[in-house]
Amino acid sequence: MTTRMPSHAGRTEAARQVTRQPSLLEVSGLVVDLPGPSGGPEIVRVVDGVSFDVPAATTVGLIGESGSGKTMTANALIGLLPDGAETGGELRWRGADLLTATPARRRALRGHEIAMIFQDPLAALNPTQTIARQVGEILRRSGRPRDEVRRRVIELLDRAGVPDPATRADSYPHEFSGGLRQRAVIAMALAGSPALLLADEPTTALDVTVQSRILRLLRSLQDDDGLAMVLVSHDLRVVAHVAQQTVVMYAGRVAERGPTNEVLHRPAHPYTRALVQSVPAVRTRTAIASPLPGTPATPANRPSGCAFHPRCPLARERCKVEQPLIREIAAGQWTACHYAEELQGVRHDPA
Amino acid sequence: MTLLDVRDLRVSFGRRTKVVAVDGVSLAVAPEETVGLVGESGSGKTTVARAVVGLVRPDSGAIVLDGQPLGRIGRRPAVAHRAVQMVFQDPRSSLNPRMTVASVIDEVWRTHPVTAPDGDRTAALHRLLDDVGLDASVARQRPGELSGGQCQRVSIARALAAKPRLLVCDEAVSALDVSVQAQVLRLLVDLREKHHLAMLFISHDLGVVHQIADRIAVMRRGELVEEGPAADVLGAPQHEYTQSLLEAALELNE
Repeated sequence: MTTRMPSHAGRTEAARQVTRQPSLLEVSGLVVDLPGPSGGPEIVRVVDGVSFDVPAATTVGLIGESGSGKTMTANALIGLLPDGAETGGELRWRGADLLTATPARRRALRGHEIAMIFQDPLAALNPTQTIARQVGEILRRSGRPRDEVRRRVIELLDRAGVPDPATRADSYPHEFSGGLRQRAVIAMALAGSPALLLADEPTTALDVTVQSRILRLLRSLQDDDGLAMVLVSHDLRVVAHVAQQTVVMYAGRVAERGPTNEVLHRPAHPYTRALVQSVPAVRTRTAIASPLPGTPATPANRPSGCAFHPRCPLARERCKVEQPLIREIAAGQWTACHYAEELQGVRHDPA
Repeated sequence: MTLLDVRDLRVSFGRRTKVVAVDGVSLAVAPEETVGLVGESGSGKTTVARAVVGLVRPDSGAIVLDGQPLGRIGRRPAVAHRAVQMVFQDPRSSLNPRMTVASVIDEVWRTHPVTAPDGDRTAALHRLLDDVGLDASVARQRPGELSGGQCQRVSIARALAAKPRLLVCDEAVSALDVSVQAQVLRLLVDLREKHHLAMLFISHDLGVVHQIADRIAVMRRGELVEEGPAADVLGAPQHEYTQSLLEAALELNE
C-alpha cells in the first residue's frame, strides 16, 4: 500500500464484533421497479432483491459497474427515486420500516438521521448563496439563534477540513476548489448530526491527492465520530480502504457480500474475482488482466438464470436456467453463485 | 531514432489574462514506443496531446514528426494528419451520432485517399472491424446503438483506418467500466504490435499507465517534472511531486 492510511480491510475481527450489534439499517429483499423507456408498458426491475445490513459506525461499500443498481439502491435508502418508481421489500431504520413510513417521517429522517453526498459537489451547492448559509440551513430551520448557527457552521467546516473556516465560510462555491467544495458538502451533511452518511462516488471527480485526503476525512468521521456510511463506488480501491463490509452488485442484484477483506482475498463470485484482477498495481507493473468478454448486463436486458452467465468463465447449463439464490458460504460471506466453492479452493491475491 | 519530437512547447489560453497551460515541455517518442503522460487535472497533459495532433496552436516551440516540423491544423501536410491519430476519452461524443460506423470509416478513406483500400471496400471495412474486435454487423449501426466499449473500439478503428504511426490516447479507457477497460487496453497493446504503432498515452490512472507505457513523463502546472523508464518513475520516483502522486495513489493490496 502506498498511501499512509491503515487499511480497514485488515480489521476482520473488529468487523465481526460490529456485526453482532443491532443494525442501524437493515435492507432486505429491496426491489425497485421503474417504468420502461418513454413510459412504455415494460417495467424494469432495476434493483432486484438486494439485502444487506449497516451496523452502527460501520462503512458498507456498494460496488458495481454501470447498470449494477448501486446508485439506485442508495437513492432508495433515502427515498430519492424518480417519478413512477415502485419499491418493495423492507428497509428498516432502527427497527422501523421506512418504505411504509409516512412522507413526513421520511422527510424528518432525511438530513437529520440520514444524510447524503454526491459525486459532483458543485451540483449539490447553490451558486448564489455563501457556504455558511448553505451549511447552516438545516440548523436555522430548527430555530437556533443566529450566533449559535454561525458558531456551529464554523465548527462543522473545521471538522470537514476547510482551512481558515471563519473566513472561508463567507465564500461562494465558485471560490472553492473541487476538494474544498466536497468538504463543504460534507460539512452540510454533518449539520443535521446524522447517524448514517450515504456517499455516492464522493471522490470520483477529484484528483488522486485530493481523493486520498477526502477518504481520510470520511474514515475519521467513522472512527472518531461513530458515523455509519454507505459508500457507493465503481472503484474497488476506494471501497477497500474505507469499508469493512462490501456488497458487490451486478445487473441490479447482489453477486456477493461480506467482510471486505474476505471479498477481496477470497472472492466467492467469479465477477468479484474478475473485478479484483482488473485493478492494476501502481508501483509495480501488472499484466493487463484477462478481460471478461462482453459488457456489463443491465436490468433492462438481464440474461436468464444467473445474470452474469454469458460472461462467466465457470458458467454451465444450470447457470443459464436457474437463478442462484444468495447463500452464506463462510462466516458473514454471502454469494449468489452456484459454483462458488470452486473459486474458494484457491486463495486469490488481488493485483 | 525519434518519431515524434516535441521541443520546448509553450501553449497559453486567453487574451487579456494569459493562462500558461504548457510551459516549455520537451518530449520525444521513438518509433513503436509508448510514452505515458501523467498528471492531475490542470497539469497540461491534454493540451500537449491536442498540440501534437494540431488541435491547439502553440505560442512557441516545435512539434517535429520524422524530422519534419508540423504547423497547426489546416497547414499541416496531409501525410502528417494521417500519421498522428487521436482517441478521446468520451467515445460517444467523439463520434457523429448520425453517422453509421461504415460511414465513419469511409470518411477517413475519402479524406486520405492513399489509405483507401484498393479492392473491395466492404471486405476491407469488415477486416478493420475484426481488427478491433467488432462484429461486421456493427457497420450499419450508429453510436447510439452501441455500448461505450464498442464506441471506443469504433474510435480506435477510425484512427487505424488512417494507417497512423503515432496514436495519441487521451484518457482513452477512463470512462469505461473496469471490466471493459481491460478489453480495450489489451486491444491497444495487440494493435500496437500488429501495426508497429508508437503511442502517447495520457491518463490520470498511474496503474493503467504502468501496464502499458515504456517510458513515463510526469507533468505539473504545465511543466514536465520527471521523465524516465516506467519502472523507474513509478518504482523509484526522483521528483517530490511524483512521490506525492504515488503516495496518494491507492493500491488494492497494502
